[in-house]
Amino acid sequence: MKALRLRLLLPLAVFVALVALLWAGLSRDPREVPSPLIGKAAPAFTLALLHADGKTFDSSEMKGRVWLLNVWASWCVACRIEHPLLMELSRANVVPVIGLNYKDKRAEGIAWLAEHGDPYQISVVDADGRVGIDWGVYGVPETFVVDKAGVIRFKQIGPVTREALERTILPLVRELEKA
Amino acid sequence: MRRLATTLGRAMLVVMMAAHVVAPAHADPALDARLKLLEEELRCLVCQNQSLADSNAPLAEDLRREVRELAAAGKSDDEIKQFLVARYGDFVLYRPPVKSTTWLLWFGPLVLLGTGIVVWWQIARRRPRRDAPDGPNADAGANAAADADGGLARARALLDSPPDSSDPRGA
Repeated sequence: MKALRLRLLLPLAVFVALVALLWAGLSRDPREVPSPLIGKAAPAFTLALLHADGKTFDSSEMKGRVWLLNVWASWCVACRIEHPLLMELSRANVVPVIGLNYKDKRAEGIAWLAEHGDPYQISVVDADGRVGIDWGVYGVPETFVVDKAGVIRFKQIGPVTREALERTILPLVRELEKA
Repeated sequence: MRRLATTLGRAMLVVMMAAHVVAPAHADPALDARLKLLEEELRCLVCQNQSLADSNAPLAEDLRREVRELAAAGKSDDEIKQFLVARYGDFVLYRPPVKSTTWLLWFGPLVLLGTGIVVWWQIARRRPRRDAPDGPNADAGANAAADADGGLARARALLDSPPDSSDPRGA
């Protein structure tokens, strides 16, 4: 009798387990696609500077330093959300931030920085988005943490939040600085 | 009449110009067909339920351009897929590869189906056969045997009894 009761409960147990599995799956954000580039060498690029058309910047110049690559554009609304945090970060002078001006018009990018402030050590122009594709960019803004050896260690998809900055990005930067 | 002809002529010119803009820069129907098939297997990362072929997102356009250029450079479909997987992960593939992290995805439904068949078979085997020799009441007898608590028999008795005045349907 008792064994039979337990067996009758089995479908319920299976159902509860399935609900738990689906619940866990649904509570994850499908927009956040884990990047296969984490732990791999950051794709190299040589691009024109936003503020000086004739000059170029090569990503190898950052070798030996911990740095952030922030993908932004003047047409990107969510970039305005994270912008004050980037400005704070730049004033604190903790880590150099390179801006990748993604699929933007040069004049509009320059005007946007003039209006909102320029948190970037330099910004480079990725007009046709090819460097963005190499870095697996699919939603602006995105922010990458690159270590001294030029390996991507972290990727923030969407605007940098204070929580992400203080709990993840800055501790990681400090740890990588020590290495 | 002459004005009509001019208007028609102008309209045709506009249509022809529009057609010219829409047409791809090259004319290789075989490559187009191949790319169309390939792009239908690739997911657009911006609008995730659309393929690269269907999506009008700017990133999808860029990725189609990239795919087209790689194909024009003589890369195989697999090499093109590898190019995208290296940047965006397996997520770009609508047909995920079989590997340890996707075993549950690929074989889970088969395991569930197999378990279902085994359970069904065991229940069916234990149940008394319906063509037992005790005639038209065999069904009721079988149900009563399967019904440990007698609840089902009571439910049947309730269903078989004529509706009384307290039945809301009768009101």
